[in-house]
Amino acid sequence: MNRFYTCIISGLFITGAAIAQEEIPIPKFIEGQAKPIWLSVSGINGEALEVLQFDLYVQGFNFTNVDGAQYLISGSANGNFQGRAMDKFNKSTLVSHSYSGESLRRQVHQFADDFVSALQRKPICRTKIAFKGETRPNSEIFVADFDGQNAKKVTQDGSIVAAPSWAPGRSALYYTSYKFNHADIFHHDLTSGDRTTYALFGGSNMSPAPSPDGSKVAMILSKDGWTDLYVRSSAGGDPLRLTKSPQDESSPCWSPNNEWICFASKDAEHRVLKKISASGGQAQRIGIGGVINPTEPDWSPDGKWIAFTSQTRTFQICVVPAAGGDARVLCEGEDPSWAPNSRTLICARRGENGYVLSLLDVPTGQVKDVSRISGSNSQSQPSWAR
Amino acid sequence: MKLIKFANLLAFAIAITIGAVGCRTQHPNVIKFDEQGRPITGSGADQTAGTAGKLDTDSSIAKSADTTGIAMGNGHPGWGEEREALKADTIHFEYDSATVKPAEHSKVTAVADYLKSNSANAVKVEGHCDERGTDEYNRSLGERRAQAIRTELVKAGVDASRVDTVSFGRDRPVDTGHSDASHRKNRRGEFVVLTPPK
Repeated sequence: MNRFYTCIISGLFITGAAIAQEEIPIPKFIEGQAKPIWLSVSGINGEALEVLQFDLYVQGFNFTNVDGAQYLISGSANGNFQGRAMDKFNKSTLVSHSYSGESLRRQVHQFADDFVSALQRKPICRTKIAFKGETRPNSEIFVADFDGQNAKKVTQDGSIVAAPSWAPGRSALYYTSYKFNHADIFHHDLTSGDRTTYALFGGSNMSPAPSPDGSKVAMILSKDGWTDLYVRSSAGGDPLRLTKSPQDESSPCWSPNNEWICFASKDAEHRVLKKISASGGQAQRIGIGGVINPTEPDWSPDGKWIAFTSQTRTFQICVVPAAGGDARVLCEGEDPSWAPNSRTLICARRGENGYVLSLLDVPTGQVKDVSRISGSNSQSQPSWAR
Repeated sequence: MKLIKFANLLAFAIAITIGAVGCRTQHPNVIKFDEQGRPITGSGADQTAGTAGKLDTDSSIAKSADTTGIAMGNGHPGWGEEREALKADTIHFEYDSATVKPAEHSKVTAVADYLKSNSANAVKVEGHCDERGTDEYNRSLGERRAQAIRTELVKAGVDASRVDTVSFGRDRPVDTGHSDASHRKNRRGEFVVLTPPK
């Protein structure tokens, strides 16, 4: 019997050693692995140039003179924006269009979208983001253009809100609000303005994540006395309890095929990411090499990557292949959310006086903060409408 | 020698099998919900405090705490909130921990005593965290802190249906500084007295 215990104890030590070895406390910031695509711009200036450079920089393009450029962009902005994009090497015209209607900013966004579409990429410049905006001491949910412009408050709860998440279709949000002095989950239709309470269970109702097909919502509930992961039909009904652990689970997200839910959890006091079938079963750990304390996963729309936050003394944005592997540390920041193009992320970066939202092109590692957002001191927990 | 090793392995395998089977046979409590998502207990939705969320008897509480946690009741919608009465009993936690430290147990006893002598009232436990940890991670951790305090109150004889929980994560610090001392103050569970609607 003594030997039996020895066997178990030595087993524990081996496990402990293996875990300790995984811990590399100093994050390695890796310079962008992919080189930017070089562009030259002529004839465009002022606001139009500013908007165009922002739009394309956060999608992995950078700017140089005609000699060094692969694509040549030219245009004018006298009232309406006229834009033209040429491939310098095969001398073909990719885009040549005169835009009208709405604002100059919007016209430039459309040109940027036309240009990346001509390169067989998914456009992102006319999409929306949602985020938590501090209105100290409270917070409200805001919606804005992807670059932080045209920000609008969508809640007036005079309380705390958290974790906005877009429902598919880009016209409704789920989020947590403390309007009723508890953490409850709301569904908010942005077209009609109607909102309904989605989850008001005893305890806290947290981190709602609608499935990509909109049929289900994953969330963290404590109604049974522990903070566990549940999934429920978006129409309501009994939630299915997916985890049953005294550890805390947090931040569920979905695989694009609606089959898996990835979430932050713990194994033997170590923070890990796990995935579990949306219909239940055994959770599987996602192996992550090189960084510690992963939380806040978000699965890329093409299914290939999981972005997450790693915590040491600060917070870093990382990506790992969805099947597991070595993590790539990209920049300081928290709570990444993928754009529809599966290459740009939005995250929150700690600034002097609160958080600012930042866009990050994963392949090149190019980062740009969005300009100051009116109506709130600090912006965090961004969610990109996909 | 070989035989002993084999016997040990066999015992180990049996232990694992029993453990695994044990896990699989536990079922969560079945709770029905109305359209609003509020749990329905018994024959219909009951919003009153006394009978809300019929919970385990004393003997099964210890068991359910070990296996699935102590189920929450319907809460106390519409009840008044009073923050001063139990302010001195705020419980503090270690970094990244939801364990109620032995030194804090006298506060749990004080709150349990208050609830015994104020039988009409209930209590809401608010779990809070310091800023070291991401938003939703802390929201879950804060809830686990509130649940840990709730479990201690139940062990001290308080009916589980009289204890609500809520987590504010890192959203409501008492000290907005970034020092260890600030962090220590912010890792806490606060008690809010709930009074029945008049």
